[in-house]
Amino acid sequence: MQETHDVFSLSLSAQSERIPSFLPGQFNMLYLFGFGEVPISISGDPSKQEELVHTIRAVGAVTKAMQKLKKGDEVGVRGPFGTHWPLSKKDCDVLVIAGGVGLAPLRPALLYLATHRKDYKTITLLYGARSPDDLFYKQEIQEWEELGFTVKISVDRADVSWRGSVGVITTLINKHLPCPQNTLVLLCGPEIMIKFALHELMRTKIDPREIYISMERNMQCAVGFCGHCQYGPYFLCKDGPVFSYEQLQTWLTIEQL
Amino acid sequence: MKTIADILREHSFFDGLSPEDLTFVAGCGKNVHFLEGEVIASPGDPANEFYLIREGHVAISLNNPSRKPFILQTLGVNEILGLSWLIPPYQWTVSVRAQCSIRAIAIDGACLRQKCEKDPCLGFKLMKHLVQVMAMREDAIWLHLFDVYGNGK
Amino acid sequence: MTKKKLLCTTDQFQQLLCLIKNDAYKLLGPTIRNEVIIYDEIQSAQDLPIGWMDEQDPGRYRLKRRSDQAYFGYNLGPHSWKKYLFPPSEKLFSARKQENGMVVFQETVPPVEKMAFIGVRSCEMQAIFIQDKVFNHKLAVYKQYQQRRDNLFLVAVNCTRSVNTCFCVSMESGPEVKEGYDLSLTEIINDKEHYFVIVVGSAKGEFFCDQLDLQPAEQTHTQLANQLIRNNEEQMVRQVDNGRVHAMLEKSWNAKRWDTVAKRCINCANCTMVCPTCFCSETEDKVSLDGTHVDRWQQWDSCFNLSHSFVHGGSIRESAKSRYRQWLTHKFGTWWDQFGTSGCVGCGRCIAWCPVGIDVTEELRELQIECNENNS
Repeated sequence: MQETHDVFSLSLSAQSERIPSFLPGQFNMLYLFGFGEVPISISGDPSKQEELVHTIRAVGAVTKAMQKLKKGDEVGVRGPFGTHWPLSKKDCDVLVIAGGVGLAPLRPALLYLATHRKDYKTITLLYGARSPDDLFYKQEIQEWEELGFTVKISVDRADVSWRGSVGVITTLINKHLPCPQNTLVLLCGPEIMIKFALHELMRTKIDPREIYISMERNMQCAVGFCGHCQYGPYFLCKDGPVFSYEQLQTWLTIEQL
Repeated sequence: MKTIADILREHSFFDGLSPEDLTFVAGCGKNVHFLEGEVIASPGDPANEFYLIREGHVAISLNNPSRKPFILQTLGVNEILGLSWLIPPYQWTVSVRAQCSIRAIAIDGACLRQKCEKDPCLGFKLMKHLVQVMAMREDAIWLHLFDVYGNGK
Repeated sequence: MTKKKLLCTTDQFQQLLCLIKNDAYKLLGPTIRNEVIIYDEIQSAQDLPIGWMDEQDPGRYRLKRRSDQAYFGYNLGPHSWKKYLFPPSEKLFSARKQENGMVVFQETVPPVEKMAFIGVRSCEMQAIFIQDKVFNHKLAVYKQYQQRRDNLFLVAVNCTRSVNTCFCVSMESGPEVKEGYDLSLTEIINDKEHYFVIVVGSAKGEFFCDQLDLQPAEQTHTQLANQLIRNNEEQMVRQVDNGRVHAMLEKSWNAKRWDTVAKRCINCANCTMVCPTCFCSETEDKVSLDGTHVDRWQQWDSCFNLSHSFVHGGSIRESAKSRYRQWLTHKFGTWWDQFGTSGCVGCGRCIAWCPVGIDVTEELRELQIECNENNS
């Protein structure tokens, strides 16, 4: 299903073996015969494990070829791999900050929060995108708003017909951080946006251990052998991709790590 | 019901002002209302007023005759709209339009500017807050210019 | 348990290699090709670089004739044993698209091959242990590596000489092989005599020694062997402050020294290829011309390649400086966090085979000096 001009979702069902269950935040290696393999976060509903959903941005040879897949076509799957969003903490406020296609790895967490709405206090989603045409999951965002999520969307540029916010999403953070002492923050997006968002978050008294970030690096084997996904001491495929800010604090300050 | 002074006292832009100064600033303020689509400022207009937005949001844009207009930034509740009232040549440089119905406190920038010239202490306090807002907006502009969601080409 | 120590003449050593080969082991050992000692298949002890020695300095490797006929009178060449355990390229699986459109996968299982490594130095033994840890952890096991490892016969050699580029002593990885071998040899050669002191490390090693009817080594022999090893230790000049280097690198991410070394480093990746512990690899799918068949290959890669850190949009480690920094800080720093050991065994290959002669021990020393200045 095409979400925007360059973002699409694939919904996969198993041919023979049962799909291994996944946790929100994990990723699979998706293989397209004749093209190659790419790491893609799972963006499906964790309560509906019979279907694997991946929302993908078409940027390279493999993903551009995947964009042309039709119903009935085959995709190879290895996984799930990696760490997950920590959703066991209850009775707190949750602030979800998504930049661009970073909303895709956060979708399973948002769906989980929606299913367990009563276990949390306020739930806020700040979602930034390049333009109104780049927004996706619009239907679900509306459903989340109806469930009582506070949703604020901001785009980088828009023509005058746009009635929403224009500006980087990070400027909304301080306004929508309910209670720094008891807020869980889930953050995913381009790395520069993550750094700016953390800069805003650190102006409040929030505990770095309560901020979780999904990171991205080149990944090939997904089992800690090929060495490509190293980030400081971590292998993103097995120590991540979800980290607490406390784990990353030193490393995020280093350029070209 | 809150007075203008009460509202200003609660806003960080007026932190540190003495009660007399706050009363003076409040005296320069009035409640205003803009309808959806109403133009609040255009490039070149004298920047005699600045606004504390109480409800709604505005769109800031620049227009070029040969190009389709687009929104550069929006400002919403509790944001300060208008910084040029304290910086020469005291003119708006952008277009500002109400995206929906707006309630705001409009403060007479020209009057406040003259008071700041006579009272450097007040002027310094306001300048400090202004610079802070500008610094935060500058950070946002860097990130905005970076085109974070682009694919690097 | 004390290991058995035996005396072995040169004739008996030659017979030992025959016995190993006749037991269906592929003999792999040092031999000379194109004026360099490399590792390759050998047929007998005669293929070893008998009577040769190496001279190594930053960016320099030369072979010279010895005045004797020592079998192991040299140190290390550009090859390491990782070329056999973790081959430069290895097919992982094949996939075929059938006529009905379904894809069928076929895992590539290499045939079981018994390999005998002849002449494994202590630093190389440590490097094998390090790669054992990399390729076998709770998430995954590199099965082909493990299979090769399980069918290995290791004849280790204690170094009684070293070259200028060696620094195994300060990395606590030599020159004496302490464990992991089936047999370890110390070659004693002088005007009067030429023999080996063998230490038996396994039942398999003992099996071969029993067939040779070797005499037990006496105290004089073992003492002489130990003395030669100790002498070698003492004359090793290059060193790394192994106890402090990890902590120093944690504070050195923005050191000016990286700019200095980056001006010299040409990102040729020689160091990663000759390094016995470097493990980065890339996966490549090779597609047949008609598009019906794909082979997935695993190939050596290097963090010095731009593509190593490529994500959509570009490479994270774009500058030569960031790539050199990545390699050195990983090897001597973050490797500790990942695997609980240093990634370096002090073999010195990276120093000799760097075309511009960058010396890691010098770089670390300068980084330490800069770190001390910044923190004083």
